[in-house]
Amino acid sequence: MNRKLLASVGMLGIAALALTGCATPAADSGPVTITYTNFISNDGNEENLQTIVDAFEEENPDITVEVTTLPYADYGTALQTDLAAGTVSDVFDIEYSNYAAYQANGVLAPLEVANVDAYRQSLIEAYSTDGTSYALPSSFSDVVLYYNADLFDAAGLDYPTNDWTWEDEKAAAEAITDQAAGVWGDHQPISFYEYYKVLAQNGGQFLNDDKTAVAFNTPEGLEAAEWLVNKSGTVMPTIEQGQGTPDFDTNLFKDGKLGMLHTGIWVFGAVADVPFNWDIAVEPGNTDQASAVFSNAVGVSATSEHIDAATKWAEFLTSSDTMVQARLDSGWELPPISDEAQLATYLDKGAPANRQAVFDSLDGIALPPVVAEGQTEMQDIIGEELVEAQAGRKTVQEALDSAEERINAVIGG
Amino acid sequence: MSVSTVQTSILDRSKPPELTAPVRRNRTRYALTVLAFLLPSAIPLTLFVLGPMVAAAWVSLQKWNLISPMQFVGLGNYEKLLTDPVTADVFLHTVYYIAGYLPLVYFGGLALALALNTALKGRSFLRGVYFLPVVTSWIVVALVWRWLLNPSNGIVNTVLAFFGIDGPGWWSDPAWAMPSIIIASAWKDLGFVMVILLAGLQAINPDMYDAAKVDGAGWWRRLISVTLPLLSPSTFFVLVISLINGFQVFDQVYAMTAGGPNGASTVVVQQIYDLTFRYGAAGEASALSWILFIVILAITLIQVRGQRRWVNYG
Amino acid sequence: MAELTLQTRRMPASRRAGWIVLHVVIILGAMAMFFPFLWTIITSISPGMGLTVTPALIPENPSLEAYARLFAERPFGRVILNSLGLAAATTIVQLVTSTTAGYAFSRLPFKGRGVVFAIYLATMMIPLQVLIVPLFVELKTFGLLNTYLGALLPTFASAFGIFLLRQAINQVPRELDEAATLDGAGHFRIFFSVVIPNIRPALATLTVFAFMGSWNSFLWPLVVLRKPELQTLPIALAGLQGQYTTEWDIIMAGSVVSILPMLALYIFAQKYVIQGVASSGIK
Repeated sequence: MNRKLLASVGMLGIAALALTGCATPAADSGPVTITYTNFISNDGNEENLQTIVDAFEEENPDITVEVTTLPYADYGTALQTDLAAGTVSDVFDIEYSNYAAYQANGVLAPLEVANVDAYRQSLIEAYSTDGTSYALPSSFSDVVLYYNADLFDAAGLDYPTNDWTWEDEKAAAEAITDQAAGVWGDHQPISFYEYYKVLAQNGGQFLNDDKTAVAFNTPEGLEAAEWLVNKSGTVMPTIEQGQGTPDFDTNLFKDGKLGMLHTGIWVFGAVADVPFNWDIAVEPGNTDQASAVFSNAVGVSATSEHIDAATKWAEFLTSSDTMVQARLDSGWELPPISDEAQLATYLDKGAPANRQAVFDSLDGIALPPVVAEGQTEMQDIIGEELVEAQAGRKTVQEALDSAEERINAVIGG
Repeated sequence: MSVSTVQTSILDRSKPPELTAPVRRNRTRYALTVLAFLLPSAIPLTLFVLGPMVAAAWVSLQKWNLISPMQFVGLGNYEKLLTDPVTADVFLHTVYYIAGYLPLVYFGGLALALALNTALKGRSFLRGVYFLPVVTSWIVVALVWRWLLNPSNGIVNTVLAFFGIDGPGWWSDPAWAMPSIIIASAWKDLGFVMVILLAGLQAINPDMYDAAKVDGAGWWRRLISVTLPLLSPSTFFVLVISLINGFQVFDQVYAMTAGGPNGASTVVVQQIYDLTFRYGAAGEASALSWILFIVILAITLIQVRGQRRWVNYG
Repeated sequence: MAELTLQTRRMPASRRAGWIVLHVVIILGAMAMFFPFLWTIITSISPGMGLTVTPALIPENPSLEAYARLFAERPFGRVILNSLGLAAATTIVQLVTSTTAGYAFSRLPFKGRGVVFAIYLATMMIPLQVLIVPLFVELKTFGLLNTYLGALLPTFASAFGIFLLRQAINQVPRELDEAATLDGAGHFRIFFSVVIPNIRPALATLTVFAFMGSWNSFLWPLVVLRKPELQTLPIALAGLQGQYTTEWDIIMAGSVVSILPMLALYIFAQKYVIQGVASSGIK
């Protein structure tokens, strides 16, 4: 405990040093060039990003933005290398799960945000520490319940609503499942990102309040894990049947052989043209409603020589009207802004009909648990152990016991 | 007497020769010749591999997450690794992989090279086809093999069921995950071994066969007493390279099982990658790399020592 | 081919049966080898199909759309040129560094040669993953980040190639050197006129592997070449996978584009090997 305290004090000291060392940004006079490394525009949105860059440069003739785009899968490797070598860009993309580690290690400059109210409150708060923003959310997506309306009709069931609970979902899934015909009622990945969420839906929490140990090994936690694991082989295909391979769930849904699908709104495009009726609803909860939100953000490097210009760009990229327009026009994830009127056009962009569910889901957000050290290991361990239970090599209780022990060893310092 | 033995005695310090002027000049000239042949490779290797290796050795003595400053911990990382049961596990998995992979790929590649070195119809085309998996990406190959070895409806288990055998769970079962990786890897690398052994076979002087034929040796005799001995430098190369690469196996594991189920197929390099770029433990990763290095070096040296017994140079 | 049929006809029945079995096995094996590539091609011409657990062997709506998009949406022409240039440069330099070093380790004895050779081999024994960060810092000091030279330098010498050629040169009969020496040839003459012509199969093999190594290399180009105009093929292909979704038809089209040049090079190199051996006159 003491050692941990010392370590964090040391860390703060280092962070402070890093900050004061660069706290004198060369007074941004004359033209400056700032660099921005991103993955968000990779795979099809490069031009949309360029539109935002052009608008920003027009508004700020003294600032030039140099963009580098990297593949998402390898972005982390490249960013880590840059951080180690001190070649990190002025502005760079981060994900929520890395935020805590980067913030604690003094990588991110504290930001003076000109217009905090422009952002959806829950999102900007996710990227602030002790009241200071260290990154700005650039977009978000959430996870909803997709359903095949034709299969619901065939089974004589009512469609899912925002008030559904696990009970309703289970009953519908069982009614739809017809293993002989290869039709399954439900699909929900058995992973870290699903587990922390169903835990919240059941009133539990993943970590204790000071984030030094896990708090999921409780009756609620067990029930949540069983809710996930017991779907496999009853209403959801097993691993042997292909569950867990890339795109397996979306393909099953597109083939009309899946009643309900828990996945992100990023699949809208992929399922747009299926030959059956489908829609979405807020994910059912048990004791609470809780939906997963995936957000990306941009940070400004603490070692940047142009923190002011970089902050200006970060803010423009994440809250300007140009950005909102570019994103809504192209369906490039949702802008993180608070003004719902601006988002109205999103509701009429075609299937699914109930796009309102995308926003309704935000009423109850479950943010992933984050720790400053051992985040990835923690995620790997809980995923691994739950899959052990899914495969029947461990009971759910044994898996949680083992996960508790292993994760505590990693994050407890 | 060959040129080289003359020069060996020139360089042999154990019996210092009385140096006359021309000998000294010759010696300098010879040293310059050696340098001329070696420097083009020695310079880049020193600067861009050995240098970073030394740096990695330094990192292995630090606690470092790549982001905040390093903290010197001496041999702490090594101590931690050597007492961690996971280290033994990842080495065991790696050795398991090599033990299964090496015989399959060597004998398979040899059979293929021999077959495709005969006057087979369309052999150029066939060689190309057998080389295809070598250039195909592991993403694709892994998907195909996961499909072939699918426990519930894959072709392999369907065929086994036809013969009344209840097929295993392959990649979904911790006990069968590594065998699945081994089969897929051997299949993919057959063409690689084939190419190297083919080059070796092509370099064999056909007169040798004619002589053996005159002696009345059959196909099998010629294989054992002519082909294999003359092919031994290529065989030695394949064995050394396969062991060095085998200990560093990563891509196929990552693509087929990602080390699962539950770590049953996690290999050393996967652990190194995770430690460096995912778990923020670059110091530990460097230490593990150096442990791996020492293991590979020891095994390679044993092979190099042992080669005199069986490798036949022209 | 005439010679071949003659040969088969002359064989006893048992040998002929063996000959047929060999053909059948080799051809069945070749089909098994070809299948994943076939699957890659089929997926690449099936737009919007996704990657199914069970491959469909007949595309529903075959279309070359993925290929068109590949080149329209990304600077794939430039990317391919980058990859070709880097691979060609790597291959040429490695052929030089590997033959010279291979010659030294085979024909030029000196004190401590065994140790030097062991150190060369040792450079293959540490995983690239831990060398990336030190190497990156080093090239940053040299000011070579985001340059072709920075991407190339670490590939200039490869222990694999040196070892391959040392083995090949060891196979060249020493009597040939001696004959040349008697004619008054020095090491450079022996190297060029005796050794090189006799190791063509190995040189062709190294050409294929050096080219392939560069063509497929991922981690180092990823970190050292960040500017879009410097990007290489594997990185561009990785860029086709999104954060949440992946369009498999385009990925597979990209794979086909990346496989074909390698395959062509291999087939070309094989032909060259056979001709090379036939015409070198020593056999």
